[in-house]
Formats: sequence, structure tokens, C-alpha cells
Amino acid sequence: MALSIGDVEHVALLSRLALTDGEKEKFARELSKIFSHVDQLAELNVEGVEPTAHPLPMKNVFRQDVVLDSLSNEAVLANAAESEDGCFKVPQIV
Amino acid sequence: MSLPCAHELARQLADGTVTSAALTERYLKAIERTEPALHSFVTVTGQRAMEAARASDARRAAGSLLSPLDGVPIAVKDNMITEGVATTCSSKILGNFVPPYNGTVIQKLQDAGLVILGKTNLDEFAMGSSSENSAFGVTRNPWDTNRVPGGSSAGSASCVAAGQAPWSLGSDTGGSIRQPASFCGIVGLKPTYGRVSRYGLVAFASSLDQIGPMTLDVRDAALLLETISGHDPKDSTSAKLPVPRYSEELEKGSLRGKKVARPREFFEIDGIEPGVKAVLDNTIEKLASLGAEIVDVSMPHTKYSISCYYLVATAEASSNLARYDGAQYGHRTPGTKNIVEMYSKSRAEGFGDEVKRRIMIGTYALSAGYYDAYYLKALKVRTLIKRDYDEALAKADLIVAPTSPFVAFPFGSRSADPLSMYLCDIFTLSLNLAGYCGLSMPAGFGEHGLPVGIQLLAGAFQETKLLQGAWELEQTLGVTGTRTAPAAAV
Repeated sequence: MALSIGDVEHVALLSRLALTDGEKEKFARELSKIFSHVDQLAELNVEGVEPTAHPLPMKNVFRQDVVLDSLSNEAVLANAAESEDGCFKVPQIV
Repeated sequence: MSLPCAHELARQLADGTVTSAALTERYLKAIERTEPALHSFVTVTGQRAMEAARASDARRAAGSLLSPLDGVPIAVKDNMITEGVATTCSSKILGNFVPPYNGTVIQKLQDAGLVILGKTNLDEFAMGSSSENSAFGVTRNPWDTNRVPGGSSAGSASCVAAGQAPWSLGSDTGGSIRQPASFCGIVGLKPTYGRVSRYGLVAFASSLDQIGPMTLDVRDAALLLETISGHDPKDSTSAKLPVPRYSEELEKGSLRGKKVARPREFFEIDGIEPGVKAVLDNTIEKLASLGAEIVDVSMPHTKYSISCYYLVATAEASSNLARYDGAQYGHRTPGTKNIVEMYSKSRAEGFGDEVKRRIMIGTYALSAGYYDAYYLKALKVRTLIKRDYDEALAKADLIVAPTSPFVAFPFGSRSADPLSMYLCDIFTLSLNLAGYCGLSMPAGFGEHGLPVGIQLLAGAFQETKLLQGAWELEQTLGVTGTRTAPAAAV
């Protein structure tokens, strides 16, 4: 199926990616080609087939809830672009 | 002169004919000499490596070795978290990221006394088949520097083929260990999902990713696999199963009387190069000459594996890569006015085109109105692909298949068309969807005299059988160690 510029703008917003007009056109073209290929899945009848989200048959992996060592505040903040008073600092949220 | 395998180096260290410091220095010099032509590494950790090597030599003198591999050098793909050493995933968004902890596999290497030489180049976030998606420049194939080394574990393959490291670790989400191993003429093994901890492997697609060995021969693959395998409380998807001493099991198996499946669909794909086909035919003859019974099987959903994979893997990637938001680590665009602008601009500047493409494919496939038609449908097709494997492996012990339809291709020949790049992976993707184990091993030389690998595949946690078959085949094929890449440091 073909993706319009509007589709690409919508998906770019959901993905939090700022795109230029040129990129929007390029990605609309490329994504349309890729989705046209994956549309081949429509020809398969999967009625009654269970989905496989994970290769191993495992669920509910439990462990004891014990306190272990964790990283220091300093180590956690070392890679942040901005920090203040032991916290990550970001621009205005609300 | 052929390149020395890691097990040979371990023996030389044990015999006292070489020290770890001398060995490490030799590899660092080889890197220095050949790196301008190849660019296998993002970061070479020369000083740390020499310190680790000298510490290993001191342990040897004191009789307190950590393992039989103590002092052997190794290289690791730059998507594995290393404490105090930049871990970039070959992405601008992590260009200045220095992790405060070790991934489990890195910790296991250090606990065994292995000496890490550096972090190898990859397609950004392991998304690609050629190294052309690295933000820090391409890696060149040591067999022909005008050609790609394969990807995404590009540097991990080229450094081994070029003698810059005796062995390395890669990661395989859809063939990223096996395809570059084939292009560079080495062994690359993707373990069963859950065999090796993913803690500290930067996530691409969490239900598909596995770390595995990239080596000069099958014995080294067995040695390295047993070093990195095992349950990890920090990765709840790692299997609670004992780890066999794979390297001690190699000679105990026999292909005589074993059944090897030849899936019709893997051999009927259009565009297999004649040279690759000839190597495949010869390999099957050799398997038969060893007494294996070749069984023809059908895996009818093979042609859907690319579509299935590129929906499942991108959906998982779109979720995993949401963490790169410029807040806690990684690139942040300065001077943004609000949080959405900070996210959107930091991500736009930090990610390359292929990563953006895959995030958008995955986000679209998961979005309202398309979830059922794309993501859920792909998960159901995944069940059918897994069933194909189960049915084939019910009739046979192993599956034999090509690794790639062609030998290493020239730079630029596929990068303009993302879909044509995706089609490279037709023979490797489905194994990750099924979650089973497989390897690519050198089986001959094809077009332009370039290496051709073939795959052996096996069921869940059947690595012993896989390695036994590969080891026996390796002896009979007589390809391993016969030729060395022209750009190698020897």
C-alpha cells in the first residue's frame, strides 16, 4: 500500500522524529515500496493460527524481591546532557 | 601463512612460548597497520588491553589462571555495554555514551581473563547488511576492500578475517553474525534464543537478538560459546539450562546415519550465484560422503520470512529505540523550547536514515488501524514459519542451507534501495523468527574468488549436535585455513 505525505507526518509525530519536507517525500516513497512488499502476507490464510510473540515457551519468570547494589547517582547522571540537584534536567513539559 | 586460531594461542600461552602481553601487542600492531584500509573498529582500547594482558601474565606466573583462555585477546561488537569504554552502536545518538556498567557477556569475558582489544564497527543499531549504515564510516572486506564485509556485525567479521583479532563477538537479529561471517570467510554462530544473556546488549528486536561467536574455525566457536552461555538473573528470557562443554563434545559425534534436511525453497530462490550454487552442491556431496542421509523437505513459508521479519523486528525496534530521548544519555539538540521539540530534534539529528526508516515502519505497523493487518498478521505468519522448522527438524537432525545468495557485493550496489538490501537476508531471517540455532561456516570460494559460507541449522538448544556436524564437515571440506584474505596482517 502507498503512504501519503500525511501518513508519514503522522507516523513521524508518533515516532518523535522531526523530518524536513525532502525527507517526508523520500520516506513516503521508500515506505510505500516496503509496505507494498509486505502486503504479500495478505495472501496467507492464518485463520485459527495463534500468534508467536516470543520464541521460547516461557511465562511469569519470578525471583525473590531482594535489594541489590545499584549505580550511584553520580554514575547515573554522568551521561546526561544537563542535570541539576541530582536530577536529569529537561525543557518545560507542561 | 594462515592466521592462528584462539585455541592455538591458548596452547602457546600454556606452553610458555608466548606471553599475553606479547600477543596483545602483536594484535594491536596488526590493527594499527591494517586499520586505515579496513576500519573494523570504532574504538581500540590499546592501553586497557595491555594492562589486562600484563595482569593475565601475572596470574599465570602466580598459578592463579581464571580459565584456559586467560590472556587470549578478543574484539567485541560496539553494541555490547562496556564499563568505562564508549559504546556507540555506530550511532551519533550514542556517540559520547560511556556506560557505567558491564553487560553480562562482557563480564563473562573478563571473568575468564580474555583481553578486549576494542569495539567493532556495525550498521547503526545493528540495522543493515553491509556496514554502510554506520554513522562512523564503512568497514571494508579484507578479501576485496572495494566490497562490503556484510553486516551488521561488519567489524567483528573483518577483524577476524584480517588477523586484527583472533576471534570476536557479534550479535544476530536476522543474520547479522552469519552473513558477514560468510562474506569474510569465517565461522559465525547464532545460538538458540535464550542460550546467551542479552543483558547489556543494546536492544534492537528483543525477541530475535542473540550474541554469538565469530571465529576462524569450529573449535573456537565451541570454546567461545561455552564461555558466554548460561542463565542470567538479569535477563529473564535466558534459559535455565546447563551449559555443555561444547569444545569437548566436538569429536564425539558422527554424521554417519544422521539425516540432513535440504529445504527445497532455499534452493529454488531466484538469483543464487552459480559459484554459490556450486559450493552448496559440493557441500551436500561431502555431507553424503560422510554417511549423512540427505532428506528433501519443504518449508513453504520461506518466501514470507522477509515480510514477517521486517514487521516483527521493526515493531520491536520502534519500541526499544523510544528510550533515546536526549534526557538521560546520548545526543540532545541544544536550545529546544519544550519536551516534544527536544525529543523530535534530538532523535532526528541522532539517528541515521535506516534507523528512522525502521522506527517508522514499526510504528506504522503497530499504529491504530494497522495493528491487525500488519503486526498481528506477522506474528501469526511467524507461527507458520516456526512450524516449517519443526516439521523439517522432525524429519532430520540438521538443516543445510545457503547463507547468502551471493558473495560480498561492491559498496553502493544496494544501498540506494532499502528493499533490495532487505532481500539479501532471505536465508538467515527465518531462523531468528523460529528462535533456533545455526551457524555459517566457510565452504569454498565463489565469484571473484571470494569466500562462500553455508549454513547448518538445528533445533532449540541443539548446539552440541550443530557443532559436532560442523566440525566433522570442516575436516572434510578442507577449506578452513587454506587461504588468507589479501588485506590481512600476516
